[in-house]
Amino acid sequence: MIHSLFIINPSGDVFMEKHWKSVISRSVCDYFFDHQRKASSPEDIPPVIATPHHYLISVYRSSMFFVAVCTTEVAPLFVVEFLHRVVDTFEDYFSECTESIIKEHYVVVYELLDEMLDNGFPLATESNILKELIKPPNILRTIANTVTGKSNVSSTLPSGQLSNIPWRRTGVKYTNNEAYFDMIEEVDAIIDKSGSTVCAEIQGYIDCCIKLSGMPDLSLSFVNPRLFDDVSFHPCVRFKRWESERVLSFIPPDGNFRLMSYHIGSQSIVAIPVYVRHSLCLRESGSGGRLDITLGPKQTLGRTIENVVLEIPMPKSVLNCGLVTNQGKYTFDPVSKLLVWEVGRIDVTKLPNIRGTISLQSGSPPVEANPSINVS
Amino acid sequence: MYAPGVNSSTTLSSSSSYNNDRPPSAEAVEVATDPASGGFFNSDYKKHDDLKQMLDSNKDNLKLEAMKRIIGMVAKGREASDLFPAVVKNVVSKNIEVKKLVYVYLVRYAEEQQDLALLSISTFQRALKDPNQLIRASALRVLSSIRVTMIVPIVMLAIKDAAADMSPYVRKTAAHAIPKLYSLDQDQKEELIQVLEKLLYDKTTLVVGSAVMAFEEVCPERIDLIHKNFRKLCSLLVDVDEWGQVVIINMLTRYARSQFTDPNLQDVDEDEESKRPFYEDENEVDEEQQEKRAPTLDPDHRLLLRSAKPLLQSRNAAVVLSVAQLYHHTAPRSEVHQVAKAMIRLLRSHREVQDIVLTSIAATATRRKVMFEPFLKSFFVRSSDATHIKLLKLEILTSLATESSVGIILRELQTYVAAHDPPFVAAAIQAIGRCASNIKEVTDTCLNGLVSLLSNKDQAVVAESVVVIKKLLQTQPSAHREIIIQMAKLVDSVTVPQARASILWLLGEYSERVPKIAPDVLRKMAKTFTSEEDIVKLQVMTLAVKLCLTNPKQTKLLCQYVLQLAKYDQNYDLRDRARFLRHIIFPADAESGGPTRLSKQAKKIFLAPKPAPVPESHFKDREQFQLGSLSHYINTKANGYQELPPFPLEAPDPKARDVETEPQVMEQAPLFTAKKVSSKKDSKFYSDTESPEDESEEDENSSDEDDDDDEEEEDSSSDKDEEEDDNEDEESSGLEEKLPKKVVKSNAKPKSDEEEEEDESDEDDSSSESVSDSDSEDESSEPSSVPKKQTRNAKPAKESTPVVKPKSNLDLLLDLDDVSPAFTPIMTPSLGGFLTPMSTPSSQVKTQLFPDIQPASAVISPNTTSELLNKINSSGLEIKYRFTRSPHLYSPSMASAELTFHNHGPDELTDIRVGEKPTSGGVSIHDFAPIPSLSPGSSLMGTIGVDFADSTQPVNFEIKIGSDRTYPVALKVPVGEVIRAVTMSEELFLKQQGGLRGMNENTAKLSLTKPCSDLKSLTNKILTVANLGVIPNSDSSTLRFVLNTCVNLPVEY
Repeated sequence: MIHSLFIINPSGDVFMEKHWKSVISRSVCDYFFDHQRKASSPEDIPPVIATPHHYLISVYRSSMFFVAVCTTEVAPLFVVEFLHRVVDTFEDYFSECTESIIKEHYVVVYELLDEMLDNGFPLATESNILKELIKPPNILRTIANTVTGKSNVSSTLPSGQLSNIPWRRTGVKYTNNEAYFDMIEEVDAIIDKSGSTVCAEIQGYIDCCIKLSGMPDLSLSFVNPRLFDDVSFHPCVRFKRWESERVLSFIPPDGNFRLMSYHIGSQSIVAIPVYVRHSLCLRESGSGGRLDITLGPKQTLGRTIENVVLEIPMPKSVLNCGLVTNQGKYTFDPVSKLLVWEVGRIDVTKLPNIRGTISLQSGSPPVEANPSINVS
Repeated sequence: MYAPGVNSSTTLSSSSSYNNDRPPSAEAVEVATDPASGGFFNSDYKKHDDLKQMLDSNKDNLKLEAMKRIIGMVAKGREASDLFPAVVKNVVSKNIEVKKLVYVYLVRYAEEQQDLALLSISTFQRALKDPNQLIRASALRVLSSIRVTMIVPIVMLAIKDAAADMSPYVRKTAAHAIPKLYSLDQDQKEELIQVLEKLLYDKTTLVVGSAVMAFEEVCPERIDLIHKNFRKLCSLLVDVDEWGQVVIINMLTRYARSQFTDPNLQDVDEDEESKRPFYEDENEVDEEQQEKRAPTLDPDHRLLLRSAKPLLQSRNAAVVLSVAQLYHHTAPRSEVHQVAKAMIRLLRSHREVQDIVLTSIAATATRRKVMFEPFLKSFFVRSSDATHIKLLKLEILTSLATESSVGIILRELQTYVAAHDPPFVAAAIQAIGRCASNIKEVTDTCLNGLVSLLSNKDQAVVAESVVVIKKLLQTQPSAHREIIIQMAKLVDSVTVPQARASILWLLGEYSERVPKIAPDVLRKMAKTFTSEEDIVKLQVMTLAVKLCLTNPKQTKLLCQYVLQLAKYDQNYDLRDRARFLRHIIFPADAESGGPTRLSKQAKKIFLAPKPAPVPESHFKDREQFQLGSLSHYINTKANGYQELPPFPLEAPDPKARDVETEPQVMEQAPLFTAKKVSSKKDSKFYSDTESPEDESEEDENSSDEDDDDDEEEEDSSSDKDEEEDDNEDEESSGLEEKLPKKVVKSNAKPKSDEEEEEDESDEDDSSSESVSDSDSEDESSEPSSVPKKQTRNAKPAKESTPVVKPKSNLDLLLDLDDVSPAFTPIMTPSLGGFLTPMSTPSSQVKTQLFPDIQPASAVISPNTTSELLNKINSSGLEIKYRFTRSPHLYSPSMASAELTFHNHGPDELTDIRVGEKPTSGGVSIHDFAPIPSLSPGSSLMGTIGVDFADSTQPVNFEIKIGSDRTYPVALKVPVGEVIRAVTMSEELFLKQQGGLRGMNENTAKLSLTKPCSDLKSLTNKILTVANLGVIPNSDSSTLRFVLNTCVNLPVEY
């Protein structure tokens, strides 16, 4: 299973290491750095690297690499999934997971890592259990602990660990019982030059923030559950109920968690909220190009579209852009050649538009860039 | 002792309050002054002294601070081993956080400081006995993590103890400790396997996952240990934690491969199938085959697949993929496609997850096109994908391409060619080539497309196209002169060596198709020979030789020139090749004169038809590895990889998986078995606990339900009820369920007590076996005669309570009773006036089991009597009986019946005793004390204990009078007497009721013809019918009753 973990920052420093079995020298990371050098972007580093004696399985999150070292056969997805869970836990504890945060809370981080794995095998990964074992740091508690001499570490076994519902701690009490549900839907579409949809799919999530006392047993039903092509659940959801009645029945964990994610695939018709009218012509006369993009709403069911961001990865030959927008602002990063236009709200009466010239290096002929659009 | 100034400059960005005075820019300072950063050797020692001092202090917060800094060093990978002695002392610290950090340190450095580490062992040994399970567990965790060979025996002992610990958490830790010890000392294997076997038998979900993990690490070859646990593992699978699920499923995949036969055995070879033109056909075939095959699938195999399937909905990608590989490797072909959807869903996850899942899909897709075909569009590349993801998607797209879908795919590929990512573009062009050669229909279109790419402005695109076209032309020997000519022209412009080499090879191979161009190209190449890349030079030579053979007139000299150039090349490969070619083509160099044998054959050697390359997925050869495993991903056998065995031809004996039924029953219906056990046990020690009465009452009633009590729980035997209904009066016979009962009662109510008694007993004669009292059938004397004799114990309520005979619908309730365990023998005051059992001891026994359920005395003891022996039949002896609702002394499973002997005859009767007793069906009778003599007109009391063994069949036995007279009698029991009342709180009742819900629940509305005036009278009536306990109730419209256990008779009106 997982032998050691190295956390590496973007500049290639191993700033934290943890070993669950005997110590493995950090020089093993050199293999990783070799691949890092070869890869054009951090995303391109293969997740599994085989070295003569070890296997390095890494994930890239929050611009840090979490490199797990294994020595024997293990399901790679098992390790990847676990590393992501580690990062999720850090984010849960410290509200964000960056290099400086990890450095600042290294004791808690170390205690967490120690609790999450035993001999390389996951021991406790439920955030509710961990939080009972090791209290998340906050200023108030730090002060209180200094005064009273108490520690962040619990001396008793969390009640949830032994129960059938390990994700929930017992004895939860709130004066205001409340539950919040966030429905997040992402539409992913590939649209060809002529504007017709090649494929479109929806990925949805239901994120919850549950603050209810005791042992609430909730059920959530959908108006039309048949729409879901495929779903996945938090372990608290009862599979049987879903299979027979299409009702989500669950005893929720305390706090924030993702209850379910679903996928609506290519079989159903997906309404795409915006359209893009574009005219991008590079190397029109001499070493210049022209760009003219207009955004418009489409099938919005009366809702306004907000926080529109348009990104165009420009070809390498682009030197700079001189563009004018009638709404929002744009940035062009000459290093990554990424044009980002933060549009904001789309107003139906005055459609957002960006136009202008692009200065090009004389050289290789570029082709039409594929604009990828994030709408949220 | 502790100098704050020093500290503040050296803290390792600790979160503690100690560095509140730390300057915000500590990052830079920290690196420079870090204790272990070297360079400051003097101060280094000082710093560590400082830490040692802090550790030696008796203030917890100083120790904690020191430990935090040390852990900081450990975390950064700096050497901190010289602090070992100072740290290890603190293992006894009371402060839990200090302790934890010491543990962390200890585990890290114990291996290097073995002797000193031994100092801490005794602390752990003590902690292993701690009442706190967390402390026990963490002690074992640390102890087993200390990699010091000397402590192996200690750890072994600790593991053995912990494996039998009460707390599942400690047992889980024990399971984790097993592989640790194994890696430390392989000799312990046998002993560890024994412990492991025990842990595998554990039924706690917490333990099972870890136990299987340990199994995989220690003894994956001992598949025999799994047999007995197989079904349990399957049934627990859904509740095990996610990580355990992955390990268990992977292990069970291997198990299934070794224990079950191949479900696809009769199938056609899969490769063949994938070559079929339309996948719809395939499906049909599959279904047919499935139908044929279905019954042959081992039930356990089916169980495994069924219990794993819901996990496809897991949020954990690793679990989903492990289920997918289980299906891939073991499921019948027609079922494998079920996993596709879930795998597609994973593609929306993190990049790393995508990568691994796509690799698995790519490998699967080479064999099972059909599975992913509906999801073709999910593999379309997004501009935001990472390059390696894009390449994998391309790979899958090409694998999935069929005649019907190739159009869409080619359209996509065309767009990809315009992308900015060079490796991706190259892969896209190759993908087009693969599609073209795999699907004959589109070869020409693809070729045209590729040719048009030759005019692309991007060198890389052109080069890649050339290479692909070369391969395609090879597969299509038909004349493509135009293309070859066009490519020949490219020699001038293309600079990529790979492409140039390809063009040259093509020209050489098909030189007779372009007889004019080829020599010209060779001329050009000879000119630039020295500046070409090696790979191109080799091809120039090949071209020269081939032309020399086909067209020696024009090219012989050129060829010699080229070979001459190559002879002096820097690259030895080229020189060798040149020498080799020269000797074949121009053997005249040697003075032998005539052509050698080789040179005669030169044409055959160089211009032999070459087989076209078959573009194949490089994922094809991964089939040998278990899908989703590390070995599969890297396509090499990883350390410790367990081969997936081929399916056996003959399945090993499935009986190996059979578990003794006893524990299974325990699992499924623990309540029920508990009852059986308790009844048996109790019967042995009546003298101790006075609990023999336990079961007697409840057993009394039901003789015919005896056999079916477990099976019948669910279908509460309406047939039987109806039969019994028939015995009843007309009021109840036609109606169902509880309805009749109430009707009867409410009818009875307005009558006067005495009348009622008469009526009721009349009515119920047949069903409740009331026996006429005297020769005159004087019913009214019955209630009075009994109380007369038992006034002492009779409750006042009894007198005034209308006697309601048990109705048939009670049998329904009885069914409920049987479901429930008999754990509360109730001691009620015996009406017999003697042998009143002590209620305390037995209730204590019970309370241990169910502290919240207290036995209750029967609220009402009905004084209905029934006739056992008629005076007419038996020369004047009349025996009547009634149930006292008190447990019998002799055995808890016996109900006690009070017998009243009355001599109506003229003679004295002597020696009345029980004769032949039944022996079958578990029914047993404890005799009444023999009556030596009964004078005419007198009465005597006796008590008989009957164990009805849960049936309502009448018990037949004989009464003997004197030496010669024998009378067969039948003792019948109404259902209401088999059961026993208990009290419990309403809360508990509802809980128990909830627990029983769904087993068998009868609900019926009762309409009372004349509403009962108050609850009390209704309660009384019900109580007379059956021995129930009343639950204190908050809701006045509901009455709740408890029988022996928690079974209830909720009556609402």
